[in-house]
Amino acid sequence: MSQQMVKTYLFTRYERFWHWLQMVLIFILLLTGFEVNGFYSLLGFDTAVNIHNLTGLTWLVAFLVFVFWLFTTGEWRQYIPTTKRLFTVALFYAYGIFKGDDHPCPKRKEAKHNPLQRLSYLGLSATLLPVQMVTGFLYWSYNSWEAWGLNFLNLQIIAFIHIIVAFAILQFVIVHVYMTTTGHTPFAHIITMITGWEDLEQDEAEEILKVRNYKNQLEQIQKILAEDK
Amino acid sequence: MKPRYFLKCYIAVIMATALLCSFQPAFASTPIDGNEAPGRKMAKQAVKGNARWTTTDHSQHKVLQQDFKTGEEITKACISCHSSVETQFHTTIHWTWRAKGEKSNITYGKAGDSVNTFCLSGNGMDDKGCLKCHVGWNKKGMDSKINCLNCHNNSGFSFLTAFSDIKSFFEDGDPETNEIIPDIQEEIKDAVTSVAFPTRANCGRCHFYGGGGDGVKHGDLDSSMTEPNKKLDVHMGIDGQNFSCTRCHTTVDHHIAGRIYTNPAVSERRSLIDDDMAPKITCVSCHSDAPHKNDTKMNDHTDVVSCQACHIPTYARVLPTQMTWDWTTAGKLKDGKPYHEDGPLGKPIYKSIKGSFTWEKNVVPEYQWFNGSLKSTTVKDIIDPGQIIKISSPVGAESDLPALIYPFKIHRGIQPYDKINKTLAAPMLSGKNGFWTTFDMNDAIKHGNKALGIPYSGKFDYVKTAYAFPITHMVAPKENVVGCIECHTRKDGRLAKISGVFIPGRDHNSLINTIGLLAIFGTLGVIILHAIGRIVTGKNGKKET
Repeated sequence: MSQQMVKTYLFTRYERFWHWLQMVLIFILLLTGFEVNGFYSLLGFDTAVNIHNLTGLTWLVAFLVFVFWLFTTGEWRQYIPTTKRLFTVALFYAYGIFKGDDHPCPKRKEAKHNPLQRLSYLGLSATLLPVQMVTGFLYWSYNSWEAWGLNFLNLQIIAFIHIIVAFAILQFVIVHVYMTTTGHTPFAHIITMITGWEDLEQDEAEEILKVRNYKNQLEQIQKILAEDK
Repeated sequence: MKPRYFLKCYIAVIMATALLCSFQPAFASTPIDGNEAPGRKMAKQAVKGNARWTTTDHSQHKVLQQDFKTGEEITKACISCHSSVETQFHTTIHWTWRAKGEKSNITYGKAGDSVNTFCLSGNGMDDKGCLKCHVGWNKKGMDSKINCLNCHNNSGFSFLTAFSDIKSFFEDGDPETNEIIPDIQEEIKDAVTSVAFPTRANCGRCHFYGGGGDGVKHGDLDSSMTEPNKKLDVHMGIDGQNFSCTRCHTTVDHHIAGRIYTNPAVSERRSLIDDDMAPKITCVSCHSDAPHKNDTKMNDHTDVVSCQACHIPTYARVLPTQMTWDWTTAGKLKDGKPYHEDGPLGKPIYKSIKGSFTWEKNVVPEYQWFNGSLKSTTVKDIIDPGQIIKISSPVGAESDLPALIYPFKIHRGIQPYDKINKTLAAPMLSGKNGFWTTFDMNDAIKHGNKALGIPYSGKFDYVKTAYAFPITHMVAPKENVVGCIECHTRKDGRLAKISGVFIPGRDHNSLINTIGLLAIFGTLGVIILHAIGRIVTGKNGKKET
């Protein structure tokens, strides 16, 4: 099966920017966060704390923008979890990949993420990151708890949740980085996230084009209708 | 909307937030240069006009131009104008050496039931050796008149020597030496008019030498504080603010602000803005409870950590202070005579009359929760000799809200106690029945306890004791404060023993961290195996063509 490769524009500029910003911020947060936890001494405790706080606050702002983008563009649909072919994808990574099977869920513009990705990205964006943001913000605002009527909170528990989730995020990052090498070449996925363009096999690309044509037609019809008015 | 608009919007939002944050100091990160910390600014403002003024010139007062024969005569002269001074002063602890405290059946104080780890007890003012620091004339305790000059004369002249000379010349009866008397009286007349507010030297005469020598007792008070530089004490430094003791230990009717035995110096830490008549005894009085620049993490510490904990990195920075005193070795004689040995820091490590000592310089404090009150073990308290007896220890249950983490000097002793009655012993030291004369501890306890009216079984042994001194002087310049890492560290931090507070960097949950690390390395392991699998099979989701 030798399909011809067709270049498709998969990730918009903002998506790529947000992705790499996340990468930088998460890297800084993990590095400084584990130092604050006392795993190692690298930047010095106070520097680590200051950088961690500043990065964390930057993250909060950036994440709000992401949520805004997600809902205004309707891209949130990309994260609707599905069990359909979830097991198939898992099986592919566990077994089929060694046999040289095709990926059971190739990328499409309308479904950038396979079912496994959907589930893990949703878990990350809807569970891990929000928990981390809430606990991080509370940790940072510890001295205001009394004024905010949050005295029932316990700093130690907040800190422990924060570190547990940090481990989970680190685990995600490791797997995520590794999975990028499973493209048709080891760097294919990374390059896609830099340029936005993905090499898709022709029949997949055709499928995308079909959908696009349909979309274009729909837009044209709408335009005509609007002009008629 | 096209993607590039999002990018622009995104940058705009970030910029707008940054701009907003710069108005909201809690969010801002970089300190604004040239902007002094508010606590510093406030304190400077509070002490701006520091010149004290007076409407009298004591050298003009006829009553002071007498030929004084005794110290008491001077006091009478003082009282002839300062008519209320005795009523005021006779109620102060400087006069009575007694204080009410935690337990109503116990009289605290040197002249009361209190004991320490040094010369043990004042035996109700019966041990005359202690009375050289009492503010009465000639070690007569409360039977004499107040020696006003002790605190209010800054001439440095030794009135005690002058009067004892006059006395002995009179008794001598030799006409030649009698001629010297008017000369001495002339000197006294000159010196007596140097009336002043107490200087550091005045207070230091007793408080720097507590425990029987320079720097023995407190650790943060010794003769180096008479003329300290700013590096030793930012407030009292002669090259800085040059504060006297009473600048903070403010006074009402001769009652001087400060902790008295079990009683805290203040019931709550209030700034002069809250209450302008409040004593200036706490740091908060002048510096407020949020003294640091708004954008620093330090202000977030003031609910848990005292100012002293960070701003006094070590005590006894110039002169050594005594850390331990072991009475068990006391009484050894060489050729039938008492002797003493000096140690490496130029301080005695053994004295026949007192036992063995150790000294340290530049000492890192021990830290404990402290709400301002101290708990005291007196001669009336039953002790458990199996434990280290905390003769004086800070009160501060970890849940107490007003308690903060404070630095302490812990002086450790081994001292006599009544084996049968299970109480601390109060041996008499000076005088003909004192240990320093007889070298008989049993007999010394018999006399000492009798002076206090405390029963003694006749059997004694030694017990380990500890005495906590809050460290609050020798505040270092801000460049020398304790760094974050000295507490926020997993191993051997300054606050390693402090419980009841979560300290990031020190505290972690080993279970969470172990499981976390296992998960991370497990994941890495699986990935490596997976990658090897892909390399070995040579397939990557692609069938061979």
